Order: sequence, then C-alpha cells, then structure tokens
Amino acid sequence: MSLDIQHIRGQFPILHTEVYGKPLVYFDNAATTHKPARVVNKVNEIYHTLNSNIHRGVHYLSNQATLAYEEARKKVQLFVNAPNSHEIIFTSGATAAINLMATSFGDTYIKEGDEVIISTMEHHSNIVPWQLMCKRKKAVLKVIPLFENGELDMQAFENLLSEKTKLVSVAYVSNSLGTVNAIPEIIEKAHSNNTPVMVDAAQAVQHLNVDVQELDVDFLVFSGHKIYGPTGTGVLYGKEKYLNEMEPWQGGGEMIKSVSFEETTYNELPFKFEAGTPNIAGVVGLGEAIDFVSELGLDNIAAYEHELLQYATARLNEIEGMRIIGTANNKSSVISFLVKEIHPFDLGTMLDKMGIAIRTGHHCAQPVMDFYKIPGTMRASLAVYNTKEEIDKLVDGINKVAVLFG
Amino acid sequence: MTIQEIQEEIVEEFSSFDEWMDKYAYLIELGNDLEPFDDTYRLDQNLLDGCQSKVWLHAWMDDGKVYYMGDSDAIIVKGIVALMIRALSGQTPEAILDNELSFIDKIGLKEHLSPTRSNGLVAMIKQMRLFALAFKAKQV
Repeated sequence: MSLDIQHIRGQFPILHTEVYGKPLVYFDNAATTHKPARVVNKVNEIYHTLNSNIHRGVHYLSNQATLAYEEARKKVQLFVNAPNSHEIIFTSGATAAINLMATSFGDTYIKEGDEVIISTMEHHSNIVPWQLMCKRKKAVLKVIPLFENGELDMQAFENLLSEKTKLVSVAYVSNSLGTVNAIPEIIEKAHSNNTPVMVDAAQAVQHLNVDVQELDVDFLVFSGHKIYGPTGTGVLYGKEKYLNEMEPWQGGGEMIKSVSFEETTYNELPFKFEAGTPNIAGVVGLGEAIDFVSELGLDNIAAYEHELLQYATARLNEIEGMRIIGTANNKSSVISFLVKEIHPFDLGTMLDKMGIAIRTGHHCAQPVMDFYKIPGTMRASLAVYNTKEEIDKLVDGINKVAVLFG
Repeated sequence: MTIQEIQEEIVEEFSSFDEWMDKYAYLIELGNDLEPFDDTYRLDQNLLDGCQSKVWLHAWMDDGKVYYMGDSDAIIVKGIVALMIRALSGQTPEAILDNELSFIDKIGLKEHLSPTRSNGLVAMIKQMRLFALAFKAKQV
C-alpha cells in the first residue's frame, strides 16, 4: 500500500509553521520526530479526564488511569511482538533504559574481568553507561571495529566473543551513519557463545519492523519521542528469565511488595523496575503513537522512507564536493555528509536561515567521528512525513551556500 | 577610535544589508580576511571548545594596550571573532572592561551568542574580558 503523505503531513500541525518567514523543512528526525495531533490530544485528554496516580488507588479515576497505562503496555508488547506484557518496562527514554540495563544487568551478572561488547558506531548512550558499569565492576569493554563504509567488521566481532563475554550491546540502526546492522547474525553468533544481546533500537522501531521473538533478542530498548510519541517515554523489553533474576535499578514506591527496615521484597515484573510515579500521560501518548505507526504499517513506512533515502542520496551526490559518510549496503533514514571543506556549523547555520533543520556536529557518536578523522558531519534524517520536494529544497540550499564558500 | 565608535561603525556597515544572505556573505569575507592565527599559540590552553565549533584566542599586552589574536574552524564564527577583535584589540584594559559589546545584538547576530549554540563565542567574550582583567591587575 502506498501512503498518502500529504494526508499524513496534515496530521502534524508543526510541519505547517514558518521559520524566518520560510516554510519549515524538518530533517532532524533522528534527534526527535514531531508528534501527530492525535498523540498530543491523547496526552491532553489524560490530564483533562483521567489524571490520577496509577496502581494504588481504589477510586474510579485511579482505576481508569491504570487501565489506560496498562493498555499502552499491551500495545508496546504487540508492537515488538513480546511474549508477555510484563516483559515491557517503561522508562523515561532509551538512555534511561540502557542505564537500567547497565546497572541491573551489571550488578546481577558481571564480575571482575568479565567483558561487554559494544561497537564503534554506538551513540554515547550505549557507551557511557557500560563504561561506568565496567569501572564499578572492574570489567572490560570491548569494541567491534568499523569498515570504511560504515558496516561492522563481523569477523572481528566473532573474534571478540569468548567465555568472558557477558553481554553484547549494539545499535540496530546507527544514528550517525544510518547503517542497519546485521542484528540476526550478531544475535546468532552471540547466542552460540551463550551470550545474551541487547539491541539499541532507538533509530530502528520507527523505520522497520522489529519482532523480538523472531530475532530472539534478549533485551531491546527504544525511545518514545523518536517514534512520534511524547518526550520522556522509553521502553526496555527483556526476556522474563533475565528480568526476574536482575536486581532492581531504582528503589521507591510501586516497585516493592513489602518494606521493613530489616528487609524489602520487590514487586513482580514489570513493576519491580518502575519505581515512583511514571510518566502516565506520556506512556498513554506513546501507545497512541504506536497506533499511528501501526495503522500506517511499518512495511509501508520502510518502503516509502527507502524511496526517500535513495532519492536523497542520488540528489545529494549531484552536489560538487559531496562526501557521504556511511555508505553501508543496508541503510535507513540517516544521511551524514560533508561538502567540500565547509564546516558543518557554517552549512547548518545557513540552512537554518532558509528554514531547513538539519543536525550538525558529532551526533553524540564521537568515536565514529574519530574513526573517519572528521570533527563532525551534517546529518539529514528522514521521517515518514518528509517529501522529495523537501529534499530538493535541501539540495538547492546546500548549492546556494556552497557558492558563497567558493 | 574608541570601542563605542568602532561598534557604531560596524552597525553602520551591517545596516546596508537587506538580505540575511548578504550579511552572512560579509561575515564569511571577514572570516577569510582575519589575520592568520600564529600556530605557536594554537595550544589547548587557548582553545575555547564549543560543542559545534572551536575558537582559539591569544592575547598580549603592549604599551598599556591589549591585543588579541583569534581563530575558529567554522568560518561564520571566525567572522564574528574578527568583529570582536576589531572592537577590542588595541584598547586599554579599562576600556575593554567598561564597554558592553552591544553591536552583536544590533547587527542581528545575537543568536550566535546564545549558550545553546555552543560555538565557543560566549566563552570567547568572557575570555577576552578575563585577559583584560588580568592585564589590568598586572599593571598596578
């Protein structure tokens, strides 16, 4: 089914705003996507009609709010095809989910001398929590190297695996290069080494179908705000057998069964990992965003975005002095590039004046920039509401700026 | 010329640009024309690292006046660095400390001095004043 993009655009009020008197062209979707009106309305509706704390009140509103919150959990479960809804943990974002993992998984399973494998292309969020954990546990962080085209060196990965490897944690899609990693292969190799795998799907779930059972992935995290949902929402999926064994991350209300000063027993899944009052309205809004995405169909989204990516890559390559950073065979939604010797900040600033929003800098992936020996890149990242006309505007804008720089 | 007079001159120059494109083209020109930075001073201690771009700043005192040398890897930032140097270099520490740099706002480039831009310019202005303060302290 082909998507009616104009109809989709109509659902995003912010896309019709002007910046500096020019219509907004938004290509910073890997940082955050915009929200369709139905998501914003849903969040509003919760505050206006259902606001109450969940899981603890006997009163009507509390029950209604709890139902709405748990319905969102069910939606996430179906969305990633998790076996059980209690394997879905709500967090404040992918970053919080990875920090939860690094702390809880680390406390439970990792001891001195053990190893965790990540990759060169990870976002800082999938590097720093593991560094902190390794420092606490005197464990060792191992890094899968990159090839020049932005693909992971799978042979090197295989060589890194050993009996010391306690976890592999890698991105599904690179936020700085757009590479779609060979996750099934990574999982297969890790599992044959008896090592569980965590996948950072923050740049994946909004662009391609993710089925945790088909992948047999052990843990998967993503952010709500990058999939058309509210900020301050995120998800950790984990296999029950691990989550049950893992130590809790944060302590507080909701996550306990009984507390005395001698001993505290923890609540069952998923509540064990959801201390304190969660982002109730946000989570319900995330459920609405998932409905939005599911109704469009991820296969349809992936097909359309692939067409956009192909078009954008071809058009950008027409620009003199264009250098696309990350040319993996399998890419999704992200194009990082440099033009001649123009500093990303300069180009980004000039494009901004034309109403075009792109990201410049290291994209919280400094090791990637170090690998390519560049200070940063310009990054255009696509969403389902982007159009070929917008890509043309980007190309025209870059050409205009390039003239000034000679 | 006093700092105030230089600032007025810059504002006058920029008032002739109707289009933002012309204004930025001029900044690029200023950046390109900025006196080359002496690489012996390209040291970590002279680097004001923004997240988006880098600024280098060196200052020295000669005959009671403060002189600055600056650079940036981003040319627009370098153009603004050139304007700052034009306004403050060759002035006394007292004059540098007494004058507000109001011209940036008046020529419509204030957005580049917002802390969220993290281009090193905010740190640069602060550092220029700190140099002046240090030289002033040395004089007495």
